[in-house]
Amino acid sequence: MAASATTADAAARTARMVHESPRRAAMRRFMHHRTAMLGLVVVIAFILVAVFAPLIAHDRPDATSWSLIRKAPSWAHWMGTDENGRDVFSRVVYGARASLLAGVVAVTIAAGIGVPVGLVAGFVGGLTDALISRVVDAMLAVPFLILAIALAAFLGPSLTNAMIAIGVAAAPVFVRVARGAALDVSTNDYVEAARALGNPPWRVAMRHVLPNIIPPVLVQCTLALATAIIAEASLSFLGLGQQPPAPSWGSMLNSAQQFLTQAPWLAIFPGAAIFFAVLSFNLVGDGLRDALDPRRR
Amino acid sequence: MRGRLGIRILQVIPTLLLVSMLVFGLQELMPGDPAVLLAGEDANPTVIAQIRKELWLDRPVPVQYLHWLSGALHGNLGYSWRLREPVLQLIGQKLPVTMQLSAMAIVFAIGIGVPMGVLSAVKRDTPLDWLANAVGLGGLSIPTFWLGIMMILFFSVDLGWLPPSGYVSLARNWERSLATTIMPAFVLGNAIAAVLMRHTRSAMLQALSQDYVRTARAKGLGEWVVVMRHALRNALIPVVTLGALEFGALLSGAVLTEQVFSIPGFGKLIVDAVFNRDYPVVQGVVMVVAALYITLNLIADILYIIINPRLRAA
Repeated sequence: MAASATTADAAARTARMVHESPRRAAMRRFMHHRTAMLGLVVVIAFILVAVFAPLIAHDRPDATSWSLIRKAPSWAHWMGTDENGRDVFSRVVYGARASLLAGVVAVTIAAGIGVPVGLVAGFVGGLTDALISRVVDAMLAVPFLILAIALAAFLGPSLTNAMIAIGVAAAPVFVRVARGAALDVSTNDYVEAARALGNPPWRVAMRHVLPNIIPPVLVQCTLALATAIIAEASLSFLGLGQQPPAPSWGSMLNSAQQFLTQAPWLAIFPGAAIFFAVLSFNLVGDGLRDALDPRRR
Repeated sequence: MRGRLGIRILQVIPTLLLVSMLVFGLQELMPGDPAVLLAGEDANPTVIAQIRKELWLDRPVPVQYLHWLSGALHGNLGYSWRLREPVLQLIGQKLPVTMQLSAMAIVFAIGIGVPMGVLSAVKRDTPLDWLANAVGLGGLSIPTFWLGIMMILFFSVDLGWLPPSGYVSLARNWERSLATTIMPAFVLGNAIAAVLMRHTRSAMLQALSQDYVRTARAKGLGEWVVVMRHALRNALIPVVTLGALEFGALLSGAVLTEQVFSIPGFGKLIVDAVFNRDYPVVQGVVMVVAALYITLNLIADILYIIINPRLRAA
């Protein structure tokens, strides 16, 4: 009885796999990827913390108190207080807003520049592709963070400029990913068929190529989010991102450096927040990549 | 092979030219007039006009670019606005410090990343593989500057074993030099080790599934010999070339590491220049970094063509 039930289950599973679309199959693989699911739960937790920061934080992030300067973690102040008597937990909670916002905006800028340019390069080909590829090579020759630092330096220090700098510096990778995928998709029969039916090139690109380059772009977006969060923290750590007294994990670490011996908690908690946020995005990115391209596992 | 090498070398020229345009174009992003910035807000208009003339700012942008490019081709990347020294000379002074740090970081990266990748591939889908993957992913996710701060807390503040900051050159005192650079080098090598681990694991998995490995096993060779002499030797070819691409990550990491450990290298030079709005130094550093990166990539590609028998025969 049990054996026949198992056989029936297996048959049902096989039938489902035969009929399911590639998108649904990828979704199923992603949902069964345990570490990716764990990463997704942590990502959602960080998003909720950022959105509901005023409800979660104990205090305003900029509320100072001269009687609470550099107090060690306690029941009243879970992560202690800083050099101005501000509650570190509240600043870490509000800091999630700056980090996630910087990540999302920077990746939107990078994808907004990179995907259309990459699509054009891959779909049109020829001289256009050669020109775009050379410009991308030149931008990739400057290490990502150094390019972001240089751009932020010339634009001036602020969170907005840091997001623009990170987005522009990350765009060449999106061009490469979109171009590669567009080149691959353009050789498919359905694209040839769409052309043969007399569709103008822009419609073929938008209707038939663009939707099919989304999966690799999506993976790149998740991995780029992790990179952008670290980059924002790095720029803020160097003083080129979020400016004090607004809370940011990177700038909190910058000021914590002066009090390492007296107040080590000032350095431990914001750094741990960056680490877990980046780790969770990397886990989701790896899971998505495995789900969309199972051969890579 | 010569044709392929020639084409690869020639491709460097347009890339370098485009990088120079990008670097020069950075100054167009600057808010305000550089001459006013240099002379001060309240400066005499005659002084400002004089500075504009000296810096060629009164000419059209393409002319300014050609003037700058011609200087760069003759080894003149301009003068530091703050230190009044040639930019190239400043870079030359700081480069050996960063190179020492980078060389030590590469030793850490290879020493940790390659054995971990091999072990992870050989013991695929075992707890050891999962552990190696977790360590690798952790290494990629940990911010360089936070790892540096945590190491200072543990090894300098708590244990008192190593100095928390500063730098002593190898020529002056090699023991002190190693003591001051071992922590930053480990921090810098950590992220590269994680990348090398991932590359090595995937290259080893591919190599271990090849026919020549099956033949070596069928001949009765020990597993150690099969892994080290047959699989690893072939797997290392792509790892070496992909590893060369990590040079950029090494320089990016150096900026933050040198800041945390107060090491007077290349990274600290660009950060100090940024805060002092010493733009010629920022431009010079970016240009030199890009040229180094392009050269290293070229060497890696040439090595790949030379090492790989299929490309050599072509």
